[in-house]
Amino acid sequence: MTGPVQTAAVVALVAVGSFFLAVGTVGLLRLPNVFNRMHATSKATTLGAASLFLAGAVYFPVEGAGLTSLVGIVFLFLTAPTGAHMISRSAHRMGVPFLGEAEWPADEDGDEGEA
Amino acid sequence: MVLEWAVRAGLVVAAAMTLLSAYRVIRGPTVPDRVVALDTIGTNVVAVAVLFAVETGRGLFVTVGLVLAIIGFLSTVTVAKYVVEGDIIE
Repeated sequence: MTGPVQTAAVVALVAVGSFFLAVGTVGLLRLPNVFNRMHATSKATTLGAASLFLAGAVYFPVEGAGLTSLVGIVFLFLTAPTGAHMISRSAHRMGVPFLGEAEWPADEDGDEGEA
Repeated sequence: MVLEWAVRAGLVVAAAMTLLSAYRVIRGPTVPDRVVALDTIGTNVVAVAVLFAVETGRGLFVTVGLVLAIIGFLSTVTVAKYVVEGDIIE
């Protein structure tokens, strides 16, 4: 049913996607601060899920679920940075401290960095 | 045959990562930690839905994954607004 090139592409994309999901979860468990954990999950996990969507786009015909997979990739890349940005702003306003010497960029000039 | 076993291995990995993320939901020191972990669980469940679609050959489950991604994004934004401002719709 599926040709050898298609099979190889799907297997490679599934392997890459699973690897990046594992990287994101290890970062979520091991990193020390909420901002660092967000950095791990919002990039690595999104890349892993997008790779699995791409495997779906290769496997399914493009007039059916393949097009839905491509729409899913676009949607993930639009929403994951937005969500991570909103959580990080909320965490800063709740007063979660940064690690070490890091500072919020707009703390000097007033209104954006108010806790 | 290779494709089926690869997809099954991917399903096992994604499910295990979902289970491990629950540790951060339970033990996370602050509320944003829990929100980030729940967002990660949502993305992992999207991955599980797509892998399940490839394994069974039913393209409908890709749409299920897309709807789950939409719900996860909406819940993340809602909780991020709620923990700071206390209300969602002014």
